[in-house]
Amino acid sequence: MGSKTPLFDQHQQAGARIVDFGGWDMPLHYGSQKAEHHAVRQNAGVFDVSHMTIVDLGGARVREFLQYLVANDVAKLRNYGKALYTAMLNTDGGVIDDLIIYLIADDEYRLIVNAATRVKDLAWIREQAGPYEVTVRERAELAMLAVQGPNARGLAAPCIDAAYRDAALALKPFNGLQAGDVFIARTGYTGEDGWEICVPAADAPAIWDRLLAAGVEPCGLGARDTLRLEAAMNLYGTDMDETVSPLEAGLGWTIAWDPADRDFIGRAATQALHDSVDRKRFVGLLLEDPGVLRNHQKVVVEGVGEGEVTSGGFSPTIGKSIALARVPAGDYDRAQVEVRGKMLNVRIVKTPFVRNGQIRIDI
Amino acid sequence: MSELPGDLLFTQEHEWLRREDDGTVTVGITDHAQSALGDLVYIELPETGQDVDDGGEMAVVESVKAASDVYAPMSGTVAAINDALADDPELINSDPYGDGWIVRIRPAGSIDESALMSPDAYQQFIDKLDD
Repeated sequence: MGSKTPLFDQHQQAGARIVDFGGWDMPLHYGSQKAEHHAVRQNAGVFDVSHMTIVDLGGARVREFLQYLVANDVAKLRNYGKALYTAMLNTDGGVIDDLIIYLIADDEYRLIVNAATRVKDLAWIREQAGPYEVTVRERAELAMLAVQGPNARGLAAPCIDAAYRDAALALKPFNGLQAGDVFIARTGYTGEDGWEICVPAADAPAIWDRLLAAGVEPCGLGARDTLRLEAAMNLYGTDMDETVSPLEAGLGWTIAWDPADRDFIGRAATQALHDSVDRKRFVGLLLEDPGVLRNHQKVVVEGVGEGEVTSGGFSPTIGKSIALARVPAGDYDRAQVEVRGKMLNVRIVKTPFVRNGQIRIDI
Repeated sequence: MSELPGDLLFTQEHEWLRREDDGTVTVGITDHAQSALGDLVYIELPETGQDVDDGGEMAVVESVKAASDVYAPMSGTVAAINDALADDPELINSDPYGDGWIVRIRPAGSIDESALMSPDAYQQFIDKLDD
């Protein structure tokens, strides 16, 4: 038996198929993963993401510390509640984890890191934080719900406290607000509008129940994965890990090169790869033959070399199989993938595949 | 779990078989199997007329989650395939013992029923798996 979130009983009541995810007993789906996927693209769904790790950092030098700890620059956060997506690198430039950082106050930031990487992330952050006299406080007592979909905010608004409802509705994308123990941000992992809501564990079941009563569909990790794949959002441990540079995982945009004298961990190694012509590409693939692309399948680019599918699956929105893949450098837009002994044709497409309910590639 | 149809036989790989009046055998995957796989999105079928070997890979069912082989429960020849699955693989989810059938085989010889399970035996088999 793994760890249980404060919403475990709610999942069982809703008929969830429970699976282990990084040591947590989590809902995979509540009947149909595809139906949940479509609910998020067309209406609204709610995910229990309480397994994710919330870490609050505080101290007079916390900003300086974060400018050293992560590849993106927290100096970009100019208003309270603003979010920054970034990678935390090791000295070789590999990704220890990807995370979201919110500016809470001048001397306080909130980090949301992955569940499966919790132990190593906390150890790494604490180890690096020492000289900066930064306090590192894990907020395991908070639950987290992601309400996602074109109607998510509208349906969820009556389910949250009136005291901060209007302020929450006024949030711009990638911004959040703190109201006592509650934190609400207009962020997500689906390519749709919505909120991520952190609340004390004891309050989570009531909010969950209100959301379902309001017509928001409960959605499991299965739909979360197909939604994020369509949105071409990376999954840690699959699309990148400690041996992979953000430059070869489609995360070059999250590296802040300026100011040039900001010495973040992994900068030298990342700069060296950046200057190299041999850098691998990280691309979207659309399968043109029947079948389904899966993680770790081999990509063959004739006359160029071989790569690998890092995340593959079936896109319920497109009705075809799509994938993210790491492939050799070069100028080409077609390849083949070895699927169960057969070579199937794929086209390299510009991601995201789907965003805000719309298919964004030529199919 | 719904009641298992009484006229079927089952394999340990979660296929079901039905002997048809014309001597062929219809094969599909069980309700337990489709439920474990989740929403099916692609079915790779053999060709009609193709020979299959007992225990050999005969079809592939792919769900949103994973791909799974379907094994031939006997040697024989593929007499028919369920073409409807090409456009609607979810027939296996919605009606695994009916419209979601996968292939019909003309057995090369007699069927060794000692390797197959009755509905009751299969029910006990999957109850044990769930424990």
